[in-house]
Amino acid sequence: MLLLTCPYCGVEADETELTPGGEAHLTRHGAGSSDDDFETYLFMRKNPKGVHFERWRHAYGCGKWFHAARCTMTLEVFGTYKAQTFEPPKALINNIKKKRPDWEGFVK
Amino acid sequence: MKRYSAFAIAREAFRHHTGWERAWRSPEPKSEYDVIIVGAGGHGLATAYYLGKNFGITNVAVIEKGWLGGGNTGRNTTIIRSNYLQDPSAAIFEKARSLYETMSQDLNYNVMFSPRGVMMLAQTEAEIRGYQRTAHANNLQGVTTEFINPQRVKELCPIIELSGPRYPVLGALWQPRGGTARHDAVAWGYARACSDMGMDIIQQCEVTAITQSRGKVTGVQTSKGAIKTKKLGIVVAGNSGHLADMGGFRLPVESISLQALVSEPIKPCMDVVIMANTVHGYMSQSDKGEMVIGGGTDGYNNFTQRGSFHHLEETVRALIETFPMVSRLKMLRHWGGIVDMTGDRSPIISKTPLGNCFINCGWGTGGFKAIPGSGWAMAELMADGEPRELASAFGLERFQEGRFIDESVAAGVAH
Repeated sequence: MLLLTCPYCGVEADETELTPGGEAHLTRHGAGSSDDDFETYLFMRKNPKGVHFERWRHAYGCGKWFHAARCTMTLEVFGTYKAQTFEPPKALINNIKKKRPDWEGFVK
Repeated sequence: MKRYSAFAIAREAFRHHTGWERAWRSPEPKSEYDVIIVGAGGHGLATAYYLGKNFGITNVAVIEKGWLGGGNTGRNTTIIRSNYLQDPSAAIFEKARSLYETMSQDLNYNVMFSPRGVMMLAQTEAEIRGYQRTAHANNLQGVTTEFINPQRVKELCPIIELSGPRYPVLGALWQPRGGTARHDAVAWGYARACSDMGMDIIQQCEVTAITQSRGKVTGVQTSKGAIKTKKLGIVVAGNSGHLADMGGFRLPVESISLQALVSEPIKPCMDVVIMANTVHGYMSQSDKGEMVIGGGTDGYNNFTQRGSFHHLEETVRALIETFPMVSRLKMLRHWGGIVDMTGDRSPIISKTPLGNCFINCGWGTGGFKAIPGSGWAMAELMADGEPRELASAFGLERFQEGRFIDESVAAGVAH
């Protein structure tokens, strides 16, 4: 059972209180984009073994969407942060690098 | 290879069973092969087998980082069915189901295929309409299924509770020639047959890099050294994205955990497979007597091969509603398998942006039933360099062209 802290309401929520929303920080492509870009936006995913950034919704709580940084190999949660950003906070990235020295860093 | 037979058992009985030989060799890798398959699970071994059997390509290595059949082939609920809605899915799953019927004879290895019948319960009005539609579609596709009423459901499975506290059983989609098989034996049978054709099955050998030159694959780097190859097949389920990274391309795939559990063994009480998709649990009884139970997937990326407790609770709750007698069963063990999910919940059997490199993945929650059909189609693709009819709809290009094989709802399973 994952435990994630909602960065909006501050509640430490069980996985059952949350809805997963897939990979975070996707670049949206819409009408007029190339086929490659549109396909990448809709279907291509990083699916990393290790550090992953993803969207969650505090569905049975405050209802807000937020982001989480998590390890897909160990289920360790590195932290959560608000969704109004194009990339993870610097402090969180530094914190992950300390714990995972081999990690390549955040790649858009 | 000595053939298994009643005569062989009698012969060995007279010499204290000292004459049995290893089912497959464990060779060191050669420096070069015509074909390397990465992944010695069911799909990878079946690909190798049909390359040899149908195309005479036997200079083949199947490379496996763990032990053969130790991934999802050993972690599923062994259900075999082909009652899919879309034509390309029905075609490949029905091909697989028909190959399962003769697999034990074909491989000279008892895979214990048991066509005991698979039933998918309709527990809402929408499900009734959906399954009636599937039954009509299946009849046009040449897949034998029928929609049956609750009384027939009860006749076929007396332990079922029809009235249900939340959802009554209103009917079912019945595929009498679906069933189960011994999952490990499928991998072992293919491995033995491949080894007998001279193929090398190399376990405990992890691929660490894919080498290429001028846009074509030339070989792989492994934990047992570099191996050259003319063609490469990637058949690694949940690790597909990882291997694609090495090949320099991306896949429309995400890896998540799907879990299952088995009970203590009890006397025979149920001789069909039942899937209850609205309450979301499915169950059959193994030949050892264990109730084999499957449930839901996690909704997030996960490589841990572990289950999670709230899914167990949901699954068990669903089954107690449907089969009240299981409420006192003790559960023996539970586990998770890492399944690779695509955007349209259909598999990928395809060429890749890297020349002479082919991929077979994306079987998601329903790979075991497809093993022989998947191997058959993948062998055609790898031998010819182009897909034949079975695989033609399952190419990677469908995600760009919008030609989805949308089974995400149609398969009747909450993926």
